[in-house]
Amino acid sequence: MSRPLRFVVCVLVCAVFAFPLLAMVVVAFTPRELIFDGGAGLWPDRWTTSNFTGLTEAFPVWRWFGNALVVATLTTVLAVAVNLAAGYALAKLPFRGRGLVFVVVLSTLMVPTQAIMMPQFELVARMGLIGFFWAVILPSASTALGVFLARQFFLSVPIELVEAARIDGCNHWTAFVRIVLPLAKPLIAVMALLAFMTQWNDFLWPLITLRDPDLYTLPVAMSYLQGQFDADYGGLMAMALVSCVPLLVVFVVLQRYFVAGFARSGIR
Amino acid sequence: MSAPVVEAPADREVPEERPAGDRAPASSRGGSLTAYAMVAPNLLLIVVFLLVPLVWALVMSFQAKRSFGPGRWTGLDNLTRLLGDDVFWRALLNTGIFTVATVPLSVGLGLALALLMDRALPGRGVFRTIVYLPIAISTLVTSLVGLLLFDETVGIVNGLLRDAGIGPVSWQTDGRLAMVTVVLMTLWTRVGFGMLVYLAALQDVDGEVMEAAAVDGAGPLARVRHIVVPWLRPTTFFLVVINLIWSFQVFDVVYVMTNGGPGYDTTMLVTYAYDEGFGAARNFGYGATVGLVLFVVTLAVTLVQVRINRRTEEA
Repeated sequence: MSRPLRFVVCVLVCAVFAFPLLAMVVVAFTPRELIFDGGAGLWPDRWTTSNFTGLTEAFPVWRWFGNALVVATLTTVLAVAVNLAAGYALAKLPFRGRGLVFVVVLSTLMVPTQAIMMPQFELVARMGLIGFFWAVILPSASTALGVFLARQFFLSVPIELVEAARIDGCNHWTAFVRIVLPLAKPLIAVMALLAFMTQWNDFLWPLITLRDPDLYTLPVAMSYLQGQFDADYGGLMAMALVSCVPLLVVFVVLQRYFVAGFARSGIR
Repeated sequence: MSAPVVEAPADREVPEERPAGDRAPASSRGGSLTAYAMVAPNLLLIVVFLLVPLVWALVMSFQAKRSFGPGRWTGLDNLTRLLGDDVFWRALLNTGIFTVATVPLSVGLGLALALLMDRALPGRGVFRTIVYLPIAISTLVTSLVGLLLFDETVGIVNGLLRDAGIGPVSWQTDGRLAMVTVVLMTLWTRVGFGMLVYLAALQDVDGEVMEAAAVDGAGPLARVRHIVVPWLRPTTFFLVVINLIWSFQVFDVVYVMTNGGPGYDTTMLVTYAYDEGFGAARNFGYGATVGLVLFVVTLAVTLVQVRINRRTEEA
């Protein structure tokens, strides 16, 4: 394909991909009467910010925002910690049952949480976690992808480095913390981004476990608003826009880390 | 596109390291204790929140059990009901249709766009970013935007079609069209992921081989077919498997956009399990049984994947 032709095709493709986003932004700033009168369009006669003010007045939007931030941050910290540690042990430390542990971690890929949501819910309830964010955080911390990314990275760290540290008097733990972890910053960045994004956007499990509107994360809040707003798309899109802008900004700014993370997830 | 940050050694497959302890036995003292301490939190979470519920789901599937109430053993009753349940078969069929529609298109369009945007082009970075963006958008936002686009009365698509003198198209009341809208919104988020993974793999295609082929008179299409596509086979394989698993598990888009309707025209395995377990019936026993079908399907796909992997590695 010649270069001008490729350029034109790219423009068309991007128009299609940008179209839903554009629609969301425009409708978020469209007065509700206009939508009820003539339907939503891509260029309304008037613009308004009343969808946003109405939304924040009627609903605890900032609280939901805070919930989402707390849940996603705590999950990220916990996920990076447990997956990093397990990945390192699997890559660099000798212990009996190492192969078995790796198989157990990988086999979790075969158990979709959607398949076991009823017993999972009852278990979490019987542990007394319902009504707390831990009900959402704890079951999503350990991920096969996280362990796998960490293990792959640590396999490529030369063992001589660790051994040198050991000869200098470090034990296994201090060698890990002082020598290996500082090398792993890019890995940690990728793991943190993936964990944060996954939790920020997760819907089904928070929908099941967060029964109290005061505890909702953003996706659950949006589902709740869908019932409240009916066809008031202005309010819905205002909420949708508010909920996805932070992550979109992070995504664009740190794109190369995301790309690296996703791309590496593609290598078995 | 910058080079991937998390860099495994270039040959992709990392040879198993000899554990440090094998070489220097003295240094392994305390090593295994540290190792157990480091894997323990992870294993604990897996056992408590995944393996225990999995076994419990099996138990529940042999019980009549409402919500958290006590389970009463009913043997194969749930399974018998499942096999004779028209809605279940409908959900399984719909999940199959959804899968067959989304997987090839996600992977195929991902490859097409990756090839389109691989070589130098003005504005390439912007183009790529626009196609990637939906990856970072939650399925809930995607679904709400899907509603906005395809709402029959005030939606944007019907508005545009009306301006063109077409419609109104019954995106929500026609079961087939409702399925189409769900598929379209799913593709919106998946194609970018496919393109991203393909672009990363294309970085590694040997430029000299491509040039040599061009010198030998291979046209662009022939080069794609005989060099690029075979090179990308492992990537394609990965994308097919992960898209299959995602498609079997579809819930969010359907729950928000159609809630399984009209009728049961877009009811999927997971939405049906959710309705049975957490809907009015609160039938945990039957809901868990439907859930286990998803588990079995996922297991089968993974096992096939492992087998094919082994065969290609031996070849």
